[in-house]
Amino acid sequence: MRRNVQLNLRVNGETLEAWFAPYKTLLEVLREDLGLTGTKHGCELGECGACAVLVDGEPQLSCLVLAVECEGRRIETVEGLARGAELHPLQAAFADLGAAQCGYCTPGILMTAKALLEREPHPSRERIREAVSGNLCRCTGYQQIFEAIEEAAKRLEAVA
Amino acid sequence: MRVIGKPRRRVDGRAKVTGQTRFADDLVLPRMLHMRLLRSPHPHAHIQSMDVESAKKHPGVHLVLTGKDFPVSFGILPITQDEYPLAPEHVRYVGDPVAAVVAKDEQTASEALDLIAVQYKILPTISSPEEALQNPEPRIHAYSELGNIHRLQAFEFAGRSNEVTEAIDASDHVFEDLFFYEGNTHLPIEQHAAVAEVDGEGKITLWSSTQVPHYVHRSLARVLQIPASHVRVVATPNGGGFGGKCDVCNHEMVAAKAAMVLGRPVKVCLNREEVFYMHRGRHPVLMKFRTGVTKEGKLTGMHLQTLVDGGGYGSYGVASTFYTGALQTVTYELPRYKFEAARVFTNKPPCGPKRGHGTPQPRFGQEVQLDKIAEKLGMDPAELRLGMVVKPDSLTANWLKVGSVGLAECIKQVMEKSDWKNRFRKLPFGRGVGIACGSYLCGAGLPIYWNKMPQSGVQLLVDRSGQVTVFCGATEIGQGSDDVLVAIVAEVLGIDPFSVRCITGDTGITPVDLGSYSSRVTVMMGNAAIQASEKIKHMIAETVSGELGVAPDRLVFANGRVSSGDKSLTFAEAAGLAEEKFGTLGSVGSYRPPRAPGRFKGAGVGPSPAYSYTACVVEAEVDPATGWITVPKIWIAHDIGRTINPVLARGQVEGSVYMGLSEALMEEQVFRRLPPKLSHALVHKIPSLLEYKSLTSLDMPEVDTVLVEDPDPNCPFGAKEVGQGPLLPVMPAVANAIYDAVGVRIDEVPITPDKVLRALEKKQKGEQPRVGPESFPSVPYPQPVEVAPPWDGGDGNARKGAEKPKLKVNAA
Amino acid sequence: MMRLPWFEHRAPKSVQEAARILAGEGPNAMLIAGGTDLLPNMKRRQMAPKILVSLKNIQELKRNGSALGAGTTLTEIVNRKELPLGLRQAAHQVATVHLRNMGTIGGNLCLDTRCNYYNQNYEWRKAIDFCLKKDGEICWVATASKRCVAASSTDCAPALMALGAAVTLVSSTGERTVSLEDLYNNDGIDYLKRRPDEILTEVSIPSGWKSTYWKLRRRGAFDFPVLGVGAAIKLNNEIIEEARIALGAVASRPFLVEKAGQFLRGKKLTDEVIEEASRLVASRAKPMDNADLDLYWRKDVSAQFASYALRELRGDDVKEVRLRIARQLI
Repeated sequence: MRRNVQLNLRVNGETLEAWFAPYKTLLEVLREDLGLTGTKHGCELGECGACAVLVDGEPQLSCLVLAVECEGRRIETVEGLARGAELHPLQAAFADLGAAQCGYCTPGILMTAKALLEREPHPSRERIREAVSGNLCRCTGYQQIFEAIEEAAKRLEAVA
Repeated sequence: MRVIGKPRRRVDGRAKVTGQTRFADDLVLPRMLHMRLLRSPHPHAHIQSMDVESAKKHPGVHLVLTGKDFPVSFGILPITQDEYPLAPEHVRYVGDPVAAVVAKDEQTASEALDLIAVQYKILPTISSPEEALQNPEPRIHAYSELGNIHRLQAFEFAGRSNEVTEAIDASDHVFEDLFFYEGNTHLPIEQHAAVAEVDGEGKITLWSSTQVPHYVHRSLARVLQIPASHVRVVATPNGGGFGGKCDVCNHEMVAAKAAMVLGRPVKVCLNREEVFYMHRGRHPVLMKFRTGVTKEGKLTGMHLQTLVDGGGYGSYGVASTFYTGALQTVTYELPRYKFEAARVFTNKPPCGPKRGHGTPQPRFGQEVQLDKIAEKLGMDPAELRLGMVVKPDSLTANWLKVGSVGLAECIKQVMEKSDWKNRFRKLPFGRGVGIACGSYLCGAGLPIYWNKMPQSGVQLLVDRSGQVTVFCGATEIGQGSDDVLVAIVAEVLGIDPFSVRCITGDTGITPVDLGSYSSRVTVMMGNAAIQASEKIKHMIAETVSGELGVAPDRLVFANGRVSSGDKSLTFAEAAGLAEEKFGTLGSVGSYRPPRAPGRFKGAGVGPSPAYSYTACVVEAEVDPATGWITVPKIWIAHDIGRTINPVLARGQVEGSVYMGLSEALMEEQVFRRLPPKLSHALVHKIPSLLEYKSLTSLDMPEVDTVLVEDPDPNCPFGAKEVGQGPLLPVMPAVANAIYDAVGVRIDEVPITPDKVLRALEKKQKGEQPRVGPESFPSVPYPQPVEVAPPWDGGDGNARKGAEKPKLKVNAA
Repeated sequence: MMRLPWFEHRAPKSVQEAARILAGEGPNAMLIAGGTDLLPNMKRRQMAPKILVSLKNIQELKRNGSALGAGTTLTEIVNRKELPLGLRQAAHQVATVHLRNMGTIGGNLCLDTRCNYYNQNYEWRKAIDFCLKKDGEICWVATASKRCVAASSTDCAPALMALGAAVTLVSSTGERTVSLEDLYNNDGIDYLKRRPDEILTEVSIPSGWKSTYWKLRRRGAFDFPVLGVGAAIKLNNEIIEEARIALGAVASRPFLVEKAGQFLRGKKLTDEVIEEASRLVASRAKPMDNADLDLYWRKDVSAQFASYALRELRGDDVKEVRLRIARQLI
């Protein structure tokens, strides 16, 4: 039976009602049914990390999460990072230090880095390397991404 | 200077970190439908019949298109208009599109694709250049030059016929080396997408992840047979390009046609496998270098032969083939040079331009051969290179005009930073360092289609509010072209870059710029932007001069003010006064590169307003037991002329190093032919982001970047390119470092642990410790176009034309 | 965008309820835990179950007492320091951070076998007229083979096999415990002895072993193993009381190299003993040309990888080697 499902998703602190085909992944529902196109896709098979979002605070690949399994979970996407007009320190550092070139892998890396810094406020370069190793970037060579995460950690500490 | 050279957040940085940058697949229009393409499952076949009736009847399907709907062919180069949006009759690789379904959603369109029944007549396939040379039939294209040889090229730059060979033969040392560079692909993380819409006036707009909206615009008008003035192409910010979105794509034209037929917006987004089929990436190239050297380490002559695997269509291939030979002369002094090239058709996705376009392959060969030369001569390879760096403001043997040359400084920088003198040939077995250099264009001298119009245009609009809007057809692909544009305008007008509004890559609104390829944007758009900004500046200066009673040339434009001493107006006040005086304020600037001195046929590929230079040292560790390769550190120095924004410039260098290292160690676009007795399949081996290997953050070493500034007079503020050149020396530096580490030569790319281990085993057995191509097939190169170099009394014209011999048909 | 086919989604709250659904629906239904293996396969149309039975809401699969619940994620395994090192090293090297947050130990043990001719989109497989594993008649890796030679690609299975682990399988009709060696068939299609109506609920791991896991792959992340060496020993005064070495990714199942275990028993881990044991291990590695990296090279270096494992168990400082091979410390 080809019937859509209806359920409530908690995205960036907001409860949103969605009505979608049950075969859809969280990625598809975010982008196509909730208008949250900040989350990107590069393969839809779990091979690039572009679609990473936080599910209950953990970075997961939205292309391999069934949307029907997300009811009651806390979803965070890049759209929820800034506080109003004020960029999250990670966003500011990425923009300032060249960590976003084409910007396509950026949302996935930002969310992955957010989870890292929440668990480890002062990660070593090695830990950062490891944390974002599931996010392919073809532009930067990663170095400015590492530096931006380190800078964001410093800025977050200054705020705290 | 207040903007140029200062590290800044890029102007589009905020949008990129908030997810607000709208890539093509992020666009949603009311009533939008979705399209998918049916692709050939056969590498080489004729379509005998196609039944689309059940697909049309599938619930939710709005339209099915086939080759019959597209009578007109296209191609990026005017001389190779050899593709159709949907193949009408002849399919040339697995993935060649043959039909399209437009439906209410992608799922429905995909389901309907499976309902299209196509009858094919299978043809024999050509999988390699060797097969293409041996099998002139069946022809992949009827228009190819000889059998399945798409194009043959030959040039000899010497004082008299055959002088190159004679000079090489008479040299103190002669080196003959074969190299192979495997094909690889761009792998942008964003998959190509496009949305087409017919607007209220009945005109077509196409939003597409393209690097070349102007060329797409021209092709759409041609293929859809509508006036070019009814077409608008908007290049959405590209989620990575690297040359992969430089060609005109089938799906762009099919989506536009579908939107026209249906009167509804149509979106298409390729999946990853389809991106591998779109390809247009690095050509696999087999090379033979024959080089003569004096005992002091000076080149006497070079004879380079290349054999280029083009895949199924022309694409940029004719230009790519020229580029396998054109830039061998701009790095080191080379008194005479012979270059012969052949591009063949094979039943694989078409190759085209990838970062470095045609030049990384011969650069690899040349730089590895130099390493061998230095060793034979008992010289330090860095010193050898320092001793023959091309002179600034000189002409090369093939009539390229070189401007500023910061290469010697680049070499010295990487030597010093890497502690070269204490490490080269001095590290323990298993560890080594290698050096290599490179140089690259700052924009191709000629446009893709012949015309004398500007290659880049910039328009400025300034009003009484002090708002400055800049328009240019240039395309932001992540490289930071919007930032360069804004920085230049802001510098000239003395305002904050974030106060400039930037509108780019929209053929309906912005002046023509040819696109983001050949590292042309900074130089061409930049020069046009300076011209446009200076015009506005003069108008404002003239106005303010009267107002403040100071001479126009005493006025300083800085910090958002126009001032002289303590007299000063805000930029907005000044703009308002100028608007009173001159009426609405606007200006345009345009740029055409200087005419190149070469006059011979074929001289169009290679000239550029300027050349960038790079030197690179790679450190490598090799486990002799397994051949396992680790690269702990890379030093690179790039002569950028002048840095516009150091944050972005460094990012371009490091990104190039990353891509170069990834190519050096693992990237391969390779194909698999199944046993011919059981199957005719010839398929891409690994069309996925998982199995097509590219470096992760854990595999990427630390990079130490130095920007060397040797401003070039042809460039805006002296700024040369930085997006492609720094890739070039990385691959040969890796090969040379591996030799320093364990004494084996891997004369091909990628350099994988199995090849290293095989070479080590050969070394142990006393065989030549080398893995690489063993032979170069006989290629019917034509008589060369003979051109005398500037120092041999030449005038840039050819002495006599080329004569092309017939291909020897091999019965096998 | 690659899309899943239509399916019906069920989310039982208990193992019993899930088992009843499986029993009722037969081959129409498949289990989904983390989804990181199944969903890509479904998107590529390698499988298209009509019903997906989700294990996500079953709390008992996440319980961790003496045995490890099958729903434990790979990240949780990495972080649980009381678990054997070999298992944690294996879990740590699976795929990526994100996929380890999603994938479960049960899923990793049941991972579908992999092959370059099989893990491809529908359109690609159509272009080769499919293969023995799915919709076709020929195994393109070994055209004479009657058996599918797709490779077992689980990292955790060889690590757990070396540790002598066993799994519990529950169906609507009962429950059984199977040692890991007995869970797998050397057949790329019928690779699991778990019946379609059975649910893998927990893994029990004997204690007292010193263990390690070494993985060969191209990159520091993402890649499946092209060789996995799980090794575990029990030592008494430097003398090996018992040793178990298991290989992954070089056959359609992970397997124990019993000869090597027997050889090591009663010996000291001297350089010579390590070399001979590694040779014995390597002699059993029979990789096929259906995965990344050169086939012959993979075979050539398997002894080296076995020796890395044994040297680590001896107590050598292998950090440098680990850093080079895994691109990270584990």
